[in-house]
Amino acid sequence: MELAGVSSYLISFLTFAGIYAILVLGLNSQWGFTGQFNIGIAGFFAVGAYTSAILTTPGSPAYLGGFGMPFLVGLAGATLASVAIGLIIGVITARLRTDYLAIATIGIAEMIRLFIKNEDWLTNGVRGLAGIARPLVGTPLDTPLGYLLIVALFVVLAYFLVERAYVSPWGRVLRAIRENEPATAAAGKSIARFRLQAFVLGSALMGLGGGLYAHFFGFLSPEAFKPLYGTFIIWVMLIAGGSGNNRGALLGALVVWGIWSGTELLTGMLPSAYATQGAALRVLLIGVLLQMFLLTRPQGLLPEKPPRLTAKGAKGRQDG
Amino acid sequence: MNEILQLLVYGLVLGSVLAMGAIGVSMIFGILRFAHFAHGDFMTLGAYLGLAFVSAFGLSAWWALPAAMLGMAIIAVAIDQLIYRRLRRTQPVILLISSFGMALILRSLVQLIWGSDNQTYVSGIQFPWRLDWLGGLRLKPDHVWIVLISSALIVMVHLFLSRTRLGKAMRAMSDNMDLARISGIPAERVIMMTWIIGGALAAAAGVFLGIDTRLHPMMGWTTLLPIFAAAILGGIGRPYGAIVGGMVIGISMEMSTLFISASYKPAVAFAIMVIMLIVRPQGIFKGTL
Repeated sequence: MELAGVSSYLISFLTFAGIYAILVLGLNSQWGFTGQFNIGIAGFFAVGAYTSAILTTPGSPAYLGGFGMPFLVGLAGATLASVAIGLIIGVITARLRTDYLAIATIGIAEMIRLFIKNEDWLTNGVRGLAGIARPLVGTPLDTPLGYLLIVALFVVLAYFLVERAYVSPWGRVLRAIRENEPATAAAGKSIARFRLQAFVLGSALMGLGGGLYAHFFGFLSPEAFKPLYGTFIIWVMLIAGGSGNNRGALLGALVVWGIWSGTELLTGMLPSAYATQGAALRVLLIGVLLQMFLLTRPQGLLPEKPPRLTAKGAKGRQDG
Repeated sequence: MNEILQLLVYGLVLGSVLAMGAIGVSMIFGILRFAHFAHGDFMTLGAYLGLAFVSAFGLSAWWALPAAMLGMAIIAVAIDQLIYRRLRRTQPVILLISSFGMALILRSLVQLIWGSDNQTYVSGIQFPWRLDWLGGLRLKPDHVWIVLISSALIVMVHLFLSRTRLGKAMRAMSDNMDLARISGIPAERVIMMTWIIGGALAAAAGVFLGIDTRLHPMMGWTTLLPIFAAAILGGIGRPYGAIVGGMVIGISMEMSTLFISASYKPAVAFAIMVIMLIVRPQGIFKGTL
């Protein structure tokens, strides 16, 4: 491969890894911090992507749209729409065991997929939405590298947001809920409220990731939101990287996306008659990778290291 | 009136399929305390095992049923011994993640071996019986068999749970795990039996669905949501509730086509489940979740 080809591949690779990193950080605040099980990531991602696309595209008679809003408004809309869905699901399931949440999220993702596929007036159905604007049109940065910089900026923002949340007293309550729910309730914390907040924070990041994806790819169709791509790989990223650890989430996104893309290069060499089998084989490998991590290294590549607890005033005594 | 009766028949068929799946989901939840997300893909693999058996020996479609049930019971126990058993000491929710991964492993195996095109047990159309005394109701022989055989399987599960020592032990474990263990119930044997029954019934559901419609690698995954809805409706951890839940969800899904587009059938199952989660999350028969 030529140098230009390599660098453009690398830029696209890193952009995808960055978008996935934001989704993994979102899942980390739900599962890693709080122990809430979301299998509907694809749904939140799709809501974000479609909201931003509809808000920003120029008009079309085929579907709702034509608002022509700027990029940042699109992303804000993506985040808010995803938050709204997260609130509804969260309110219903916050009192219940997390298995209920898992089942409810799989349901909402399926509903969103059905809705996108069948409601042509809103989403143009299976034909998909095309021509989603790139944010930097008209500036010298209107290149893949320019968009990578935007995604990187959002990854950094998202990272500092969730990392700040993790070390804060709020994050401490989330970990307490995860480790010992009855004790946390006995300490007077409202379990349902903290759970809902963490779930909504995660949903917001997933919607943001969806919006960023829409403007990167420029085209959306229901096919892109099959549960596999949206959900499974993000789970593997978080488990492999180290759930609970935000740096682990970033590392997991990079490593697993590397493995996933690497196997695509390998199966790409197969004759085209075996394309279906090649795709299935890649999923099989990722599935086996998840089982291996769960069995042999459940804490992930970068295990969680909660900040050390120091009682109030203890610092002074240590110094003295 | 005629149309409603016809939909009721379809609903009973779908309800039988869902009940077969939901009994397994409910039992696994009762004993092992996790929502088994690979159950839909147990159905898929079971259906394809049946297909492999009938096409290898040139038998009629119904031979797929015993072959699939036996094969899937063995595979379910093997998966449990190989993977789930090693994760049992951690939190149950880790098993949930693992079963989610297992779902994808099984589905991609099916795609690798059998490809991702639609397949059928027998080609051609089956001519339905026309019952003129019931307003011209059309009844397919396959549909009658599906409902009859699943009823027979349900009776067998009932006899097992109520009459055998192992079945009673299973109910005891589902009711109160600690008490059951203290009183010397062989937990590992109960767990193995749970997987045998769960796997075999899932395979039966897959074969029924394959006979009723067609075989496809996604057939089980898309049925998983209504199955969970049925299990929650009946009270998760309650096999008898799962039967009621399956029938209610199946009939509601088919009846809904009178009012809304058929592509939104899964949405009906989801809506019933959400209402249940809000109003009575423990289900009709007070589940153990």
